[in-house]
Amino acid sequence: MSNLEDLYREVILDHYRSPRNRGELETPPAVRVEGFNPLCGDEIVVYLLVNDGTLTDIKLTGHGCSISQSSSSLMSAAVKGKTLDQVRDTIVKFKQLMTVHESSLETTSDPEVLDVRALGELAALQGVVKFPVRIKCAVLAWNTLSQALDEVSA
Amino acid sequence: MTSFDPRRVRADTPLFTRVINDRPIAYLDSAASSVPPRAVIEAMSRHYERRHANVHRGVYQTANESTHDYESAREAIARFINAPGGANEIVFTKNATESFNLLAKSWGAANLHAGDVVLISEMEHHANIVPWFQLRDAIGIEVRFIPVGDDFRLDLSDIDELMKGVKLVSVTAMSNVLGTVNPLKELAVIAHRYGALIAVDAAQSVGHSTTDVTDLDVDFFIFSAHKMLGPTGLGIFWTRASILADMPPFLGGGGMIADVTTAGYVPAKGPTRFEAGTPPIAEAAGLGAAVLYLEGLGMDNVHEHERALTENALARLEVEFDGRIQVIGPNSTLQRGGVISLDVKGVHAHDVAQVLDQFGVCVRPGHHCAKPLMKRFNLSATARASFGPYSLLSDTDVLLEALGDAVKLFG
Repeated sequence: MSNLEDLYREVILDHYRSPRNRGELETPPAVRVEGFNPLCGDEIVVYLLVNDGTLTDIKLTGHGCSISQSSSSLMSAAVKGKTLDQVRDTIVKFKQLMTVHESSLETTSDPEVLDVRALGELAALQGVVKFPVRIKCAVLAWNTLSQALDEVSA
Repeated sequence: MTSFDPRRVRADTPLFTRVINDRPIAYLDSAASSVPPRAVIEAMSRHYERRHANVHRGVYQTANESTHDYESAREAIARFINAPGGANEIVFTKNATESFNLLAKSWGAANLHAGDVVLISEMEHHANIVPWFQLRDAIGIEVRFIPVGDDFRLDLSDIDELMKGVKLVSVTAMSNVLGTVNPLKELAVIAHRYGALIAVDAAQSVGHSTTDVTDLDVDFFIFSAHKMLGPTGLGIFWTRASILADMPPFLGGGGMIADVTTAGYVPAKGPTRFEAGTPPIAEAAGLGAAVLYLEGLGMDNVHEHERALTENALARLEVEFDGRIQVIGPNSTLQRGGVISLDVKGVHAHDVAQVLDQFGVCVRPGHHCAKPLMKRFNLSATARASFGPYSLLSDTDVLLEALGDAVKLFG
C-alpha cells in the first residue's frame, strides 16, 4: 500500500476535506477563468484579484477528484499575497515537480535540480508523478491559473 | 447441452494469469472491453502465422483461406443475431461508433430531411448522440431525447407526443452506465406504428444475452467485437437487405466498387459496398472464434450467470455500505444487466478507482461517454464495475473489500 500513501498524503486529504479559499470574487475587478478536464469531467473556476503587480486575492470553485481539488487548494494558499513574478515562478516549479522523474527527487545538491523542500506544502503532491494518469488532475488548477495570469497581463 | 462453468471460462482466458499489486487481477471492466479467450487470440495469430493474405483479391491458397475466415465471421455473426437475410446483411466497420456514423451519414443523409426528428434517449452513449448532432448541423434534422425517470428507466409516458415527426428511433439495448435493459420489442412496435424505423445500440447487450433481431423486429443493430470476447478494431452494422440495398456508400476506395473508369465508379452491391480498403481480417477471424466460443457457453447461461452475480453484488452493496454507496441504476435484476455504477458519497470516482487498483480491481471511473445522462442525475463521474462470463463471486468479494478501504481512507 506504500504507493497509495505516497499519493494520498495527509496534507492532500486535509486540503480535499477542507479546501482553502473556496468561493467567488466580484468580476470586475477580479478576473474569472474556467478550466476543464474533458476526460474525467473535472471543472475548476479561478478568480484572481491583482493590485500593483501583487495577487492580493484568489478564490476557487469547481469539482473533481481529491488530487485536482487539493492541488487547487494548495495552489491558492501558495500564491495568495505573492507578486506576479513569484506566482509565475511557483507555477514553473510546480510544473517541474510534475514532470521530474521520481528518482531525481531524492537529491537536491545539484542547483539545477528542483529543490522540493522550497515548495513547502506543495511538495506533498510529488507522489502524483508515480501515477502518470493523475498528473493531469494535479495540474488542472495550475494551467487555469496560468491562463488567468495571461488575461490579467493582456 | 453444455454445462456452463465460469471457472472454466477463466481458465480459457490468458489475462486472468496477471497479478496486479500482488493480487490476482479482478477484472470488472467488461462494459469497456471484454477479455478474449485463448481461442480468439489463437485465431488472430493463425491469420498472421498461416494465412496473412488480403481478402477478396488473390487466387492463391492462403488468400482463399483469408477470404474464407473473413466471410465465415460474417456468417457467424448473422447466425448469432439471427439476421433474417443472413450474412449479406452484415457490414464490418472499425467499431460501433463508426457503425453509428455509417447509419447517420449514409442512411440518415439519404433518407432524412430538414425538420425530420431522430428520437434518441438521455441514456445514450455519445456514439449514438454526436453523429445525430452532426447530421442536424449539416441538414437541419431535429434530435429529440426520451427522458430517463428517477427509476433509471426510459420514461415512455409521453411517447405519443415524443413520436411526432419522428423518422428514426435510435436507442440503446442496455445502458453502459445504469445497466438498464430497454424494452426494444415495445419500442419497435411504437416506432413502426408511426412509420419510423428503429436502430439499436447493442454494444452492451450482445455479449451478455441471447440476441434475435428477427424476433425483436428492429431495423438497424449496431455493436462491437471487443465487447463480446472478440478483438478491438472491428464493429458490426446490421440492417435488413432491403434497406442496405438503397444505402449510398459511406467511405470510398478499393473493395467497395463494382467498376471504376476515368468517368466515375459503380459501387458494389451488398455489405462490401461499405467496406472500403483492406478490412480488419485478423480481427474478423478473432470475432468468428468469439462467436463459436460464446455459442459453446450458451448465451442464456452467460446471462443467468451475470444476473446472479449482479443480484448478489447489489444486495451486498446495500447491506455493507448502508447508504454510503449509492448504486446509479435499477436496484433489481429485472430488465437489468451486469453493469453497476457506484457513487461513493464524499469520494470522487477517480479516487475510488485508484484505491481499487491497489487491490488489483479494474473498474472504470468517469462519465462513461454519457454526459447527458450524468447531468440528468447531477453526477460528474461514477465508478463502474461490470461483469463478464468469466466473473466470479471472488471478484465481488475483493471489490467490496477495496471499496471499504476507499471509504475508510477518505473518512
